Amino acid sequence: MSETLILVQEAPGRRFARRYGIAVAGGGLILAWLLLAVLAPWVAPYDPNFVDVAGRLRPPSSAHWLGTDALGRDVLSRVIWGARVSMLVGFGVVLLGAAFGTLLGATAAYARGWAEEALMRVTDLVFCFPPIILAMAIAAALGIGTLNTMIAMLVVWWPKFARLARSLVISQRALEYVEAAVTSGAGPGRVLLRQILPNAAGPLIVLVTLDLGNAILVFAGLSFLGLGVTPPAAEWGAMVAEGRELVQQWWVATFPGLAILSVVMGFNFLGDGLRDWLDPRAESR
Amino acid sequence: MIAYVASRLVTACVMVVLASLVVFLIANTVPGDPVLAQLGDLAAANPAVVAAFRHRWGLDLPLWERYWVFLQGLAHGDFGESIASHRPVLEDLREYAPATVELGMLAFLLSLVIGLPLGILAAVKRDTWIDNAARLVSLIGVSAPTFWLAFVMLAIFYGALDWAPGPGRLSASAFPPTPVTGLLLFDSARSGDWETFWDAAAHLVLPAIVLASSTLGLITRTTRAAMLEALGQDYVRTARAKGLPGRAVVVGHALPNAMLPVVTLAGLAFANLLAGAVMTETVFSWPGLGRYTFRAAVAIDFPAILAITVIVAAQFVLVNLLVDLSYAVLDPRTVKR
Repeated sequence: MSETLILVQEAPGRRFARRYGIAVAGGGLILAWLLLAVLAPWVAPYDPNFVDVAGRLRPPSSAHWLGTDALGRDVLSRVIWGARVSMLVGFGVVLLGAAFGTLLGATAAYARGWAEEALMRVTDLVFCFPPIILAMAIAAALGIGTLNTMIAMLVVWWPKFARLARSLVISQRALEYVEAAVTSGAGPGRVLLRQILPNAAGPLIVLVTLDLGNAILVFAGLSFLGLGVTPPAAEWGAMVAEGRELVQQWWVATFPGLAILSVVMGFNFLGDGLRDWLDPRAESR
Repeated sequence: MIAYVASRLVTACVMVVLASLVVFLIANTVPGDPVLAQLGDLAAANPAVVAAFRHRWGLDLPLWERYWVFLQGLAHGDFGESIASHRPVLEDLREYAPATVELGMLAFLLSLVIGLPLGILAAVKRDTWIDNAARLVSLIGVSAPTFWLAFVMLAIFYGALDWAPGPGRLSASAFPPTPVTGLLLFDSARSGDWETFWDAAAHLVLPAIVLASSTLGLITRTTRAAMLEALGQDYVRTARAKGLPGRAVVVGHALPNAMLPVVTLAGLAFANLLAGAVMTETVFSWPGLGRYTFRAAVAIDFPAILAITVIVAAQFVLVNLLVDLSYAVLDPRTVKR
């Protein structure tokens, strides 16, 4: 209602900042972490696994910006290398889970009838467990290791995408362009993948973005419990676990935790920004 | 209405049983072996010991037969015996549940009591410092890892400032009250032991704040968004136009209409508290279900894992049912459908 008023009053730069500022800040944060992850061997000042017992538990200084841990390893280097694991697991789990869930949900919605009923009931069943509890049991059973933990997370990760994709496809398939595609002889697979999914992609992309932070949080949590990476690998959750008894040497556990916080915040910013951008109703807010 | 609730309850029971089947299958198809987890490498190399172990715990039966045994027990309210503790799982649960119930309830109350007003205030005073502060709090709440927040809180308020007691439910010097419910606050108040009551209360503060943080963030966020949506509707403009005071418009008109998504989310958040409890209880050495769940998972303790799963699934289905029923109260239109 006050849209025109705002358009007149605000300078273009301010309007851009108000609308996209959060998304840009989030995107920048993510980009920075991605760069650090890729460039870790060149950016990290030390070898993340270089043990220097004589120089253990040193507070932050000019030689070690974020201090050293109980084995004298450089915390900054380990935080930078840790970005690799977190990003890899985050993107791996969410993209694979989203692909599987979307395909399943979209197929269910498009097939209708008993197939839809059966697929969605299975989805409901997996959905009613908190992911971390089921993932914990599976990760423990599979044995410790990054790949096993990813598999455990994947088993429980897809249902939300299946549900969203189903509701999106149901709302899309009633539209005329679908009817047109069917009339012009396109098969169900083609209609689903080439026509409906691209048109329903917006909300899915938003969920993927918000979920990336979530997956990184859950993986860090599993790692913290000792069900993630195998030591001595540098991983944020495991680093917090190693430093959690060291209250006096606060830097050992605090900085990896801050790294998790900043990445997850970045994905939340980006996801919220994308949602506002894709949802015209939110424009006036 | 009664017929609706009854049919929902029946569906819920079927869902819970099917959920147990899903976990049973997942737990039994992954290659993990409780034999190795329990006996250790040395004993696991001895075929006689392994065979005896498998027979003792029924692991030598075919899969469907094992599930049938589990179902029979479940029908009698018996979850079988824990492979790790050698006690009936139900007894284990009875011992560990109160600590988590006490902590979880307090955390949930905390996140409602703070989250709802904060979300409403943020929406009403949109784009002011209150709004920005509320958004920051909720953002940190949903983004910060629980286990790390627990460490930071302990390091600051216990380690550095010494304002709060350390980990655990009670100080070493305190006498635990005679367990009636297992809830320390309730039991100590009942026996009039106020020293223990305050000790237990002080120990609850930090873990409850940590466990509440993510729920608090979600509730603040959802309340704010739902209130903004409601405040932009025509009926709110009408209410303002006819001269109602701002308070009456917010509480009487906008709030009831904003409650639906908040109730849905609160239900979901409540059902997920146990997941947060695993982390919180680990850092705070809290002898609750979270720790028990973790130990059961690591030991591949099938009976315990299945019992926890059934309880979690049952709780989830029940909370969802309550949420759906509350819709009927909040939005009478949903009943007609």
